[in-house]
Amino acid sequence: MSTETQTRFAAALQDGTLPIPAGLNSWNAGRPERRFGVYRNNVAVGLIGALASRFPATERIVGEEFFAAMAREFIRHHPPRSPLLLSYGDDFGNFAKAFEPARALAYLPDIIRLEIARGHAYHAADAQPMAGDVLAAVDPSRLAGLTFVMHPSASVVRSPHPVVTIWAMNAGEMEIAPIAGLAGEDALIVRPQMNVEVHRLPPGGAVFLEALQTGSTLAAAVESASADSADFNLSANIAGALGAGAFAAVHQPPAGD
Amino acid sequence: MIPSELPRRAGVGFKPEHFSDIIAGSQPVGFFEVHAENYMGAGGPPHARLGKLREDYALSVHGVGLSIGSMQSLDKEHLARLKIVCDRYQPDSFSEHLAWSTHDSVYLNDLLPLPYTEETLDRVVEHVDQVQAALKRQMLLENPATYLLFEESTIEETDFLAEVVLRTGCGLLLDVNNVFVAATNHHMDPRAYLARFPLEFVREIHLSGHSETVDEAGAPLLIDSHDTPVKDPVWALYQELIDRTGPVASLVEWDNDVPQWSVLRAEAEAAEAILRRAARRSAA
Repeated sequence: MSTETQTRFAAALQDGTLPIPAGLNSWNAGRPERRFGVYRNNVAVGLIGALASRFPATERIVGEEFFAAMAREFIRHHPPRSPLLLSYGDDFGNFAKAFEPARALAYLPDIIRLEIARGHAYHAADAQPMAGDVLAAVDPSRLAGLTFVMHPSASVVRSPHPVVTIWAMNAGEMEIAPIAGLAGEDALIVRPQMNVEVHRLPPGGAVFLEALQTGSTLAAAVESASADSADFNLSANIAGALGAGAFAAVHQPPAGD
Repeated sequence: MIPSELPRRAGVGFKPEHFSDIIAGSQPVGFFEVHAENYMGAGGPPHARLGKLREDYALSVHGVGLSIGSMQSLDKEHLARLKIVCDRYQPDSFSEHLAWSTHDSVYLNDLLPLPYTEETLDRVVEHVDQVQAALKRQMLLENPATYLLFEESTIEETDFLAEVVLRTGCGLLLDVNNVFVAATNHHMDPRAYLARFPLEFVREIHLSGHSETVDEAGAPLLIDSHDTPVKDPVWALYQELIDRTGPVASLVEWDNDVPQWSVLRAEAEAAEAILRRAARRSAA
């Protein structure tokens, strides 16, 4: 009996076109449409709010009203599957890519991916970033075989759009200005201590870090990065990533190699 | 089983935006309460802040996503996450709601009402037993704010709660704002509700604000919105309640349109003044 009650209740909460479930009551005996509406509203407003707090730059770009409409559509097709709302919206970027009214903003899905990465970095395990001078102590003959452990908060977002600039403009970190003519940008997102930081990666930097992230040796990562961009500069990239706190540790190849 | 035992003082629902004000000095607050689900990430600022608060204050962990009133089984993964939070912070109290929020695999993100029947009672008892066994702690169960009723209900909410206590050994969290909201919405006397409430098992009280609207017939429909100061009729009920029970840990919650710390602290001080008067009377 009550399982059915909850099934009908849940269905009518999620689909506003359904009539309110039978078996509900109010003291003044009318069909409690408006009373049921309180729950419908709580569910929608709560989830839209959860997405808005996870995607503040996205909301700023499209405006509150557009964001709420887009979020409502997303919630209908992808309701949360866990009470852990801090990871709700991991597929919001893919949804936005196919969301017709947002088509004109080609960069929007990448901004969403950047904000998702920021959210993961915020909640990632804490770890002390590797100190900058660790590499200086490595025997130069063994540098090529080094492998790196990325900081738990670190991730890379690549984009054909100037996402770092657009994000910074809509996160209050840069003046809003025209973006026409700006090249694509790749981002490194990392939280070395308590602040999540977004860095613009130099040419080849994204390929370089992604290779290290998947366990490639330094030599192999350099090869991939140089193939990606003729302008890849190893020492600038290493210094940048170390300075950002992107690495947790480095492993030397076994002696004798 | 570790009992849920908070200091019999006023507490405040912790909001991250108040953190720097809170740690700037010693606050006249007996405990802080946090929503468990906000501390289920691996690390980062939420844990850094809570770890710091925990050094100086008693802590209540309050779950909002366990869906104890659900007819389907509890989410074991979520229960495991709650255990991690409790193990990490060793709270003085753990509480959850007499409500459901998950159905099939969808999380509905609201505290939804359930009919009160023998069938739902058995289910809630089973779930409370399961939670207490998993956490090895006594939990407190909170009375809900409700907006409508179920034709199939056969048990009074107060009797339902009393029966859960008897059969599980849990304690109760009495939300006085919820009492006022639900009583108004169902055209009942909140004092009659409190007269039936098993007060001897209440280990914590919640106080918060609500907003006011009307139903189709123009009858008042109050919303448990946690976005205003505690309203006068709720303070009056609270005062009468504390006159009967003596001091009980009392939390001020303000979750939406969150004001400055000083405003929330003043609300807690108002509750604390009522608790102090009651303590003096019982000592006299």
